[in-house]
Amino acid sequence: MYSSNETAVGVPDATGAYVSLSQVGKTYASSRGPIPALIDINLDIRPHEFVSVVGPSGCGKSTLLKLVAGLEGVSSGSLRVAGRPLDGPPDGLGVVFQRDVLLDWRTILDNVLLSIEFTRKPTPAARDRARVLLKRFGLAGFEDRFPFELSGGMRQRASICRALLADPELLLMDEPFGALDAMTRDDLNVELAQIWQDTRKTLLFITHSIVEAVFLSDRVVMMSKAPGRIVDTITIDLPRPRRLAVRDSAEFAAYVQRIRHHFAELGILKE
Amino acid sequence: MMALLKRLFLGESETRDIVIVLAASLLLWEAGVRIFHPSPLILPAPSMVVVEFFQAPALYLRHLAFTLIMTMFGFVLAVVLGVALAVGIIYSRFLERTVYTLLVALNSIPKVALAPLFVIWMGTGPEPKIAIALMLAIFPIVIDSVLGLRSVDPDMMNLARVSKASPWAVLTKIRFPCALPSLFAGMKVGISLALVGAIVGEFVAGNYGIGFQILVAQGQFDTVRVFVSLLLLGIVGTVLFFLVDYAERLLLPWHVSQRARSDRSAGT
Repeated sequence: MYSSNETAVGVPDATGAYVSLSQVGKTYASSRGPIPALIDINLDIRPHEFVSVVGPSGCGKSTLLKLVAGLEGVSSGSLRVAGRPLDGPPDGLGVVFQRDVLLDWRTILDNVLLSIEFTRKPTPAARDRARVLLKRFGLAGFEDRFPFELSGGMRQRASICRALLADPELLLMDEPFGALDAMTRDDLNVELAQIWQDTRKTLLFITHSIVEAVFLSDRVVMMSKAPGRIVDTITIDLPRPRRLAVRDSAEFAAYVQRIRHHFAELGILKE
Repeated sequence: MMALLKRLFLGESETRDIVIVLAASLLLWEAGVRIFHPSPLILPAPSMVVVEFFQAPALYLRHLAFTLIMTMFGFVLAVVLGVALAVGIIYSRFLERTVYTLLVALNSIPKVALAPLFVIWMGTGPEPKIAIALMLAIFPIVIDSVLGLRSVDPDMMNLARVSKASPWAVLTKIRFPCALPSLFAGMKVGISLALVGAIVGEFVAGNYGIGFQILVAQGQFDTVRVFVSLLLLGIVGTVLFFLVDYAERLLLPWHVSQRARSDRSAGT
């Protein structure tokens, strides 16, 4: 399932990458024969780096996230997280999905606690941490409410709190704001930029919004139409902390234009 | 219980409408009998039915209690066994291919026809009645539970895997609560079928219970007594159904169907 030439187990990658994909391919079996989803993916994510992956729908960006999460195995190539080849989900991992998948029968606080409750009884300290996190995301006073009483943006905030509760090294986000309205999305972009600034998690962020990717990331990875390949990687050299106003700057516009232009050249976007 | 009574007499328009329609049909029936004078062998008036009941309430209630106990035993066993089977079917490909397929196939044969067999196996005591009630009630419970246990969001399962949840934690914290709405749907069908099963058991053999009462009254062409028994069965069946419904509201205030209901009664 995984590459056969793995040797150094548990030793950080020579390149210093926290997540390291080398010539990774992923193929799904189907009734009409094998369907390649990802081809020759080479990507190193350094510790504390914010990397976004942008690409058209169906290009395999979510598959990429599932591979890094250890939810699916690679078909070829090698994938290491914290220096170890993956065999199932790695330790110290938090995931946020496009849908918030909160449990309807649990209060917001209990939903946030769920990520650690799966393996152990939450301590009072964990409860306090959950409350602090909820407060940071503007959910103070909603701890004892049920998910159906909250708006979509608030629910997704709670699901981010859930992913952060166990203080993971690596955070994976799969189009977390894709289902939200534009204004809520802007709010959450700013909040995420802020929390990343404070915690400096290693973050792999999947999105189909170029603006969102440029605003949040240290590097933006561009993917082609299916089967997904990496067509370019662009380092975003904008000052941090970033506020929404940065989107009005000429540099920001230049980055967005460059990525859009590149997609247009590939026939993915019309110019 | 108080809330239930309150709802019945003061509360929602839904309940009031039902009461009005029921009362109107009874009045129509009574009037029809008084005007056309059909033979009481064919159709007694509702007033005669009520009078008959109050001539021997203790007798009727004793038989009713017996039927009720058979029903509840059968139903509770059906829930316990049904949920256990459903969990087995979810976790074992083998059980899914064998037991589940067989259950679905068996569900399409008229199980009531098996009742005499149970008498041969178990005699004329309470056992065959409980067994038939169990047999009828368990099908919707298993099938709906399997459906419910499977209706977990795939991303929720991914989250559990990433959080290294044990199979037990997945079952108790995600799958089971997620299955509760479906389980209750199955239990609502199951409780009525358990009552049918108990009555069928009493029809086939034995000398106790409302089913037995109906059979005896039929032998004597005592139509009024048949109607008293039917009326009691109707009341008990309805009450049992609404008890399950009430338990569902208490246990699942978070569920969509409940929210829709409270929205409807709150709005407009």
